Order: sequence, then C-alpha cells, then structure tokens
Amino acid sequence: MGLSANGLLLFRGDRCLLNEVSLRVSPGAGMVLRGPNGSGKTTLLRLLCGLTLPEEGEVCWDGSDIRLQRDNWQRTLAWAGHKAGLKSELTVHENLAYSAALGGYALPDIPAELGLGDCLHLPARVLSAGQQRRSSLARVLLSKAPVWILDEPYTNLDTQGQDYLNSCLSRHLRDGGLAIVASHGDAHAGLSLQECTLNRGQLQC
Amino acid sequence: MLGPLWILLKCEMQQSFRRWSDLISPLVFFVVVSSLFPLAISPSPDVLREVGPGVLWVAALLALLLSMNRLFRDDFDDGSLEQLVLAPQPLALMVLVKVLAYWLQMVLPLLLLTPAVAIAYDLPNAAIEVLLLSLLLGTPALSLLGAISAALTVGLRQGAGILAILLLPLSIPVLIFGSRATDLAVDGMSTSGPLLLLGAISLLALSLTPFAIAAALRVSLD
Repeated sequence: MGLSANGLLLFRGDRCLLNEVSLRVSPGAGMVLRGPNGSGKTTLLRLLCGLTLPEEGEVCWDGSDIRLQRDNWQRTLAWAGHKAGLKSELTVHENLAYSAALGGYALPDIPAELGLGDCLHLPARVLSAGQQRRSSLARVLLSKAPVWILDEPYTNLDTQGQDYLNSCLSRHLRDGGLAIVASHGDAHAGLSLQECTLNRGQLQC
Repeated sequence: MLGPLWILLKCEMQQSFRRWSDLISPLVFFVVVSSLFPLAISPSPDVLREVGPGVLWVAALLALLLSMNRLFRDDFDDGSLEQLVLAPQPLALMVLVKVLAYWLQMVLPLLLLTPAVAIAYDLPNAAIEVLLLSLLLGTPALSLLGAISAALTVGLRQGAGILAILLLPLSIPVLIFGSRATDLAVDGMSTSGPLLLLGAISLLALSLTPFAIAAALRVSLD
C-alpha cells in the first residue's frame, strides 16, 4: 500500500542525477525531501508524479506501476510545482474553478485562512509572489486528492500562511492522506514527517 | 466527461478575449501580406486571378504559423501545462479542445476576412465561395498538424523557427488541394475532387493527431 519508488535511475547528460533511488511512503505518513540546490529534488518529485520518466525503475501506487494506471493515479494525485500553474488572465476564483472542473471535484467555499479573500476576483497576473503561492497551494488543499506532492511550498509564504499549510498537512495526514514535501527550512517542524536527504544521487532517510 | 471539456473551452476563450491584442496581429499580417502581392507582381486583373488562390492560401498558412507558436507556450511557461497533463481527464481530448479553441479564435476571424481580401484579387463570387469552403475544410488539418509541431517544440528556446521547419512540409498536401480547388473554380470547373480530399485529410488528422499531440506534450514536459 501507499506510494513507493524502486531503483529509480535518471541521467541528465553525463550526470547521474538519481542513482538507484528507492523510497516508500504509507498512507497517513509524510516525507520531507531535503538536499542542496541542484541535487535533484524537483526531478525526483516530477518522477513521482509521472511527469518525467525514469531510465530504469518504477514508481508504484498501491503496488502497481503508475504508468499502467494513469487515470486512477492522476485522480489520486495533487501536485504543486515551482510554477504556480495559474492562467494569468483569469481571476483566482476562475483559476480554482477551472482546476476543480479538470480535477473532477466540486469547488468548496474558499476558507478565509487561505488569505485570498481580497484577491479572489483579481486576475492572477497582478498577484504578489506570496498570493500566487497561496493560490497554487489552494488548488491542492481544496482537492480531495489523497496524495499531495509539493515542491518547496513554504517559499514566499508569510508565517500565518506557513502555519495554515501545516495545519492542512497535519489534517490531511490524520485523515489517511499522504504527502511528500520538498523543503529547505524548518517551517514544517511541528509535523511528524520522515526526513530524507537527497545528495549526489543518493537518498538517505 | 463533457463538463470539464466545456469548462476548458470556456476558459481558453475567456483568456484570449481578455488579451485580444494577441488575436489581432495574425489577422493584420494576413491582410498586409496578401495586399503586398498585387503591388509587387502586377495590378492586371488577369494575373491577379491567376495567382490569387495560391497567394491567399500561402498568406493564410503563414498567418496560422505566426500564431501557432503560442498554442502551448503560455501554458508551458506558467505551469498550467503540467496541471493539464496531470489532470484525470483524457489528454488527447483536452488537447483537441485546445485546438478547437485556437481554431475559433484565430482561424474563424481569418475566414471572415478572406472574402474582402479575395475581392482585391478580382476572384469571381463562385471562386470566393470555394476558397472559403477549402479554407474551412483545410484549416482544421493545418491547426492539428501545427499543434503537433507546437507540442514538440514548446520546451525549446528556438521553438518558433523549428516549428516552421516541421509544419511547412507537412502542410504541402493541404496547400496543393486548397489552392487547386479555388483555381478550378476560377476556371469554372468542378471542384469536388480537391474539396473532398481536403475534407478527408482533416478527418484523418482529427482522428489521429490528438494522440500524437498528447504524446508530444508528455515528451516536452519530461
């Protein structure tokens, strides 16, 4: 059960970015991915999502390869990457409604703690970096997806935003969800997440 | 199933109407290029009727090429392409909707402008009708083939140039049948052959290219 990766191997040019990386995260558990800049954290997360394919190895959800159950896996997954994924001409609310429609879930009321109340009806291009991050995280937080994969979600967030994200993460884990978070700081310190460090292609937990 | 696709179409249209200035430049390009030829070649009506169909088809193709580059580029840059690829809907259908939105925004206005430009080439009314019909039948194939090229080049820095190199050879059959049909109409002959072939090419493109576009997008995001 859960999400596992077995022997992921990935080259970029001559460089071995991931060397036989394996990991396992069970439902209800979370993992923090650490590592110096350029160590391949984002690449590993993209591999886990299925955006990038490994040279060798496989990513499995509930025991079978995600490539063989793409529909099911993509219903299970919510991903927030570096890029906000907001359409600049649409308002925040339109963006969230659009993501909800594509994700196949009904858009709930936007919680006030997200701090988007003032900018819900502004086009995404005028938002500050922090507001963009909040909007892009809102897409994950409002989805009912059991697996959250977040790439440096704490970047640009103020302390209130970080606390709110932490409370959402802990509720998500308590409800049997699963989360993998790449992070540099200690903003996640209150959560009981397994810490893994990626360095020179090796993952140490 | 249809709900999400409808919302996708709505969002695509909304976005481009809010940035309407991007819609104008290919149309202006089309009008300007096709009005340069009479100035450069000869103002004689006989010559213009001779070259008109070919020139208008090439101008339409180049105008499409100009706008095609942006089909997936913005989505790639702002990250919404990743979200689209990871959405739990069939990617082939979603890219088909995106191409449909592109066709409605870019090609339909161009078709509406065509009669006005065709008058400048002294084309008879029957030929203008056939020209419109041939564009109507041929541009879906061009848009879909262009979408494959746009999907393949979306991650590249010199994408626009490579897109032209990929798309133009693929568009040759459409160009030949399209301008040939109009040529035949100018001479008052039957045009059904090339028009049917154009329709067949578009149907073939409609059924096969969405899968190629989806695969190309996955490769570009890898």
